[in-house]
This record gives sequence, C-alpha cells and structure tokens, in this order.
Amino acid sequence: MRTFFYCIGQGLANTRRNILFSIASVATVSACIFLFCMFFSIIANVRSIVYTAETTVGITVFFDESADDAAKESVKQAIMDRGGVKKIVYTSAEEAWEEFKTEYFGEDAEELSEAYADDNPLADSDSYEIFLNDIEDQEAMAEYIAGLPGVRQVNYANTVVSVLKSLNKVVSILSIVIIGVLVAVSVFLISNTISVAAAFRKRENEIMRLIGATDFMIRAPFVVEGLLIGLLGALIPLAAVYYIYGRVMEYFTAWLSGLGTGFELMGLVPLDIIFPYLAGCGLLFGAGIGFIVSFFTIRKHLRV
Amino acid sequence: MIILENVSKTYQTGVRAVKDLNLMVEDGEFVFITGKSGSGKSTLFRLLTRELKPTEGSIMVNDFDLDSIRRRQIPRFRRSIGVVFQDFRLLNDRNVYENVAFAQRVIGASPNEIKSNVPRMLQLTGLSHKYKNMPYELSGGEQQRVAIARALVNQPRIILADEPTGNLDETNTMEIMKLLEDINRMGTTVIVITHSMSMLESMKKRVISMEKGRIVSDTGSERKNKGAGAAAGTESTSGSRAGVIRRRRRSI
Ligand SMILES: Nc1ncnc2c1ncn2[C@@H]1O[C@H](COP(=O)(O)OP(=O)(O)OP(=O)(O)O)[C@@H](O)[C@H]1O
Ligand SMILES: [Mg+2]
Repeated sequence: MRTFFYCIGQGLANTRRNILFSIASVATVSACIFLFCMFFSIIANVRSIVYTAETTVGITVFFDESADDAAKESVKQAIMDRGGVKKIVYTSAEEAWEEFKTEYFGEDAEELSEAYADDNPLADSDSYEIFLNDIEDQEAMAEYIAGLPGVRQVNYANTVVSVLKSLNKVVSILSIVIIGVLVAVSVFLISNTISVAAAFRKRENEIMRLIGATDFMIRAPFVVEGLLIGLLGALIPLAAVYYIYGRVMEYFTAWLSGLGTGFELMGLVPLDIIFPYLAGCGLLFGAGIGFIVSFFTIRKHLRV
Repeated sequence: MIILENVSKTYQTGVRAVKDLNLMVEDGEFVFITGKSGSGKSTLFRLLTRELKPTEGSIMVNDFDLDSIRRRQIPRFRRSIGVVFQDFRLLNDRNVYENVAFAQRVIGASPNEIKSNVPRMLQLTGLSHKYKNMPYELSGGEQQRVAIARALVNQPRIILADEPTGNLDETNTMEIMKLLEDINRMGTTVIVITHSMSMLESMKKRVISMEKGRIVSDTGSERKNKGAGAAAGTESTSGSRAGVIRRRRRSI
C-alpha cells in the first residue's frame, strides 16, 4: 500500500515534470477516443435505424384490377415459394383507407373524410406487405414479384436502407483508418513521453537500482504516468461526448418529429443506452494503451 | 564476507580490466584498495555490486553467489551492501532528509521505520542540523556524509566506497575517513578505493594494491591467503563460513 502511494506520487511527479509531452499525449489519446465515440455513435445509430426499417418497412404489392382472390392467392403462393419471407400481411382496401385517414387527417379524420364517404379512393388498393428475413434480398424479391401475373405495382423502401448500409460501411472503414492512424500517433507520443521521463530520471533510477529497489519500484512510476495519460485521455472526450450526444439527439428527435408521425421512432439510440458502452470502451482503451505502451517503453529503457 | 576466486573481467572492447583475482574479505574488516588509474579498481567495485558480471571466476558477497543470482534476487543482494561514490550521487531536487529517506522508501520501508532510522543516520553522520538543506547548499564533505548516511540507512553488512574522498580536501577527507572508521567499529565491513597514499599510511589498515588488473600486494595477505585457500578447498568450509557471518553480523 505504501509502495502503491509512493509509486502514484512519483507517477504524478513525472507527469508534472514533462508537462508538455504529457499534454500532447493526453490530447492524442483524447482525439482517438473522441473519434471512436463519434464513429461508434454513428454506426450504432445507423444500424439501429436500418434494423428498425428492416422490421417495419416491407415490400408492398398491389394487384391488377382484374385479379380475383384466387389470383391473389397464387401470387402469395409464388412469393412464399421463393423463400426468405419472414411475414406476409394482407391489407384490404378498407383497412388501407382507414389507416390513410388517421395518418393524414389525424384528429379530424371522420369529418374531413366525409367527402369520400361512399367512394373509397383507395378501392383496388388491397395489398400484401412482405417482410423479408434479409433486407439485402429486397431488390431481387421486388423484381421477382413485379414479374408475377396479376401484380400491378411493387413498392419498397430499398433506397434509403441501402444508402444507410453503404454509409455504414464507409463510416466503418473511415473510422478504422483514422483511429488506426491516431492510435499509432498516441503510441508514439506516449512512448516518447515515457522516454523523456526516463531520461529525466535516469540518474535517480540508477541510484535506486544500486540501493536495491526492485524493478517494480523503478518502473511503476512510469506505468502510473502512462495510465494517468490514458485515463485522462479517456475522461476528457467522454465528458464531451456525453454532452454533445445529448444535444445531437435532442436536435434530431425534434427534427424527426417535425417530419410527421412514425418518424420519431426511427430507431435512434438514446444516450443512456449507448453511453455505458462508450465509457467502457473509452476507459478500457485509454487505460490499456497507457499501461501497455508505458510498460514496454520503460522495460526497454531500464533494461540492465 | 567477500570471496573472489579466479575472477577476470574483459570488457566488450577487449580490455581485460581485471585478471585472475583471488581475494577474501571477512566480515568486520576495513580494507583499502589502491592502485594507479586504470588498474581495474572501479571494475572490481562494479563486480562486487553486481553491476558487472565476471567473464570468468566466481564472486560471493554476503552469501550471495553473484554468478548464479537470479535477476529478481539482485535488489535483495544490493540491500545488503551500501555504495558510496566520488561524485556523491545525491538527488539534487530533494533535501538532505529526503535523500536519506529515499533509500528507505525505494525498499518499501514503513513511515515509522523511516522516521526513526533517518534521524539516527543523520545524527551518526553529524548532519542533524542540516537535514532541511538542499545538496547544493552543502560542502563536498557534507554531501559525502549524506551519501554515507544514505548508504547506511538500510543497515547493509558491507559499505563499498569508490574514491569517496576524491573530490575532497585534506580536512574533509580525514573527517570522512574517521566516519567510515566509526561505522566499521560498529560492525560493518568497509571497503574503500583510494589514491591517497597519506591516508593509507596514517590509517594502518589492510591495503590491497592493484596493477594492470592484478593484485600485486595485500598487507593482510598472510592471514587472508590462508582464508582464501580454505575457501577454495572443501565443502565443509562453507558451513563454517556461514557461521562466521552469522556471528559477526551486527546491526548498527
Ligand atoms: N565500461 C567500460 N568499457 C570498456 N572498458 C572499460 C570500461 N570501464 C573501464 N574500462 C577500462 O578498464 C580498465 C580499468 O578501468 P577502471 O575504471 O576499473 O580503472 P580504475 O582503477 O578505477 O581507474 P581510476 O583510478 O582512474 O578510477 C581501463 O583500461 C578502462 O579503460
Ligand atoms: Mg575508478
């Protein structure tokens, strides 16, 4: 315990002594973790949105006016035969009209729709809504269905989803590259900081060794310094991310609800769900890089 | 107890600094090592502190076999010896008290031990009134006494000093020598490397002279040769050797 506090004290002293290098190291670790949090947030949200879309938006199939129940049934059969279908829902023209009314006229649905009372504008708009196991399959499925006899029109929300998916890929690759570079810079800077500290304490370390200090005693202050750099480099961006994420979510939620009903539940990940992951990863990464880099740097420097 | 058998040290540069050295120093002795510049005194010193490993031969110090000692055991060995250098090697960012306490801290001594040991050492070395001074506020002699206090505070069995008075004037030299003699009288083995002929003559201690890496004379040689012969001999002597160490070991 005494030894522990002594090492912490010496570690702090080290950090204070070469404050500039320490700050530079903290800054790059911070940048790393901040970018990681940002990319992680984007990817998590996009994935969540895609997932929500996949489970709530399907392919809608409308029939030829001439199509009778048997024809519709055979379309269903053909779709099922192709495979990969999670769920298929039949919506009659009346149901479609009710849904449309509440969605577009809201509270005043009954009044406003008086005008159309006896004349369902969505007649012949009975449809199948098809949910697939794999969203990637949607385009092929839509094409396939369009080719079936008795089908008038096929709608599907593919474009948004595929754009989101490719966006996620780009963000993933970008984040790996940028974070990779930053990790390298962090490693370099922490290693340099520790080297400078070691040079600074060279004399002291030599004396310590001759007095009979253990390797642990000699190295610990440097590892403590590395850990401090890493942890500080994690805490700063995490605090920033906590604040920024909350703000961005507020903004997006407001914006989405302005787009109309249905959008508010588009699948954004709330702060209190994502933050524990960010904090965990950030702290682990910060502490890990600080510990490992300083440990190996000092081992190299103080080898007898 | 120090026993060297057929010790040679060749540096990577090819310089043979120590050649086929046989030497035995018993617990409680006071020994001077002298010789011209480059004769291998400091090399011998660094062999004894295990900063260097011998190229050939074996070295026993305080029951530690420095050839086969494990890396992890070296700190424990080093705590059984105290080292003093010509250039004092104090920490210039700490005061006298902290310089001495440092030696205790790095071996994980308790605050209570530190609080009782450090003032005792400062008193022994006559520095009680200067405990708050920084090293650069002290004379060379005083600085060396701080270094001796630091070497002594962990209660080593041997004090090794490489030209401890090399940077000091006559008066300070005599004071340091008197201090080392006092320490020796309290039971600690003292080994001092020196150039000072006047000191050798006035102190009347065992003197080992080196030349080109070899021992060319040893005023304690008659007694010692017998000892070294026994040490090189049968296994049974190692038992009695350990007994001698145990009997002679006293704390300061
Ligand atoms: N680290 C080293 N690498 C190579 N050669 C060395 C090293 N240290 C000492 N030597 C050589 O070993 C020989 C003995 O040196 P050593 O320092 O032991 O002498 P010394 O008796 O202590 O001399 P001085 O009285 O000047 O301190 C010298 O020739 C020196 O040049
Ligand atoms: Mg020398």
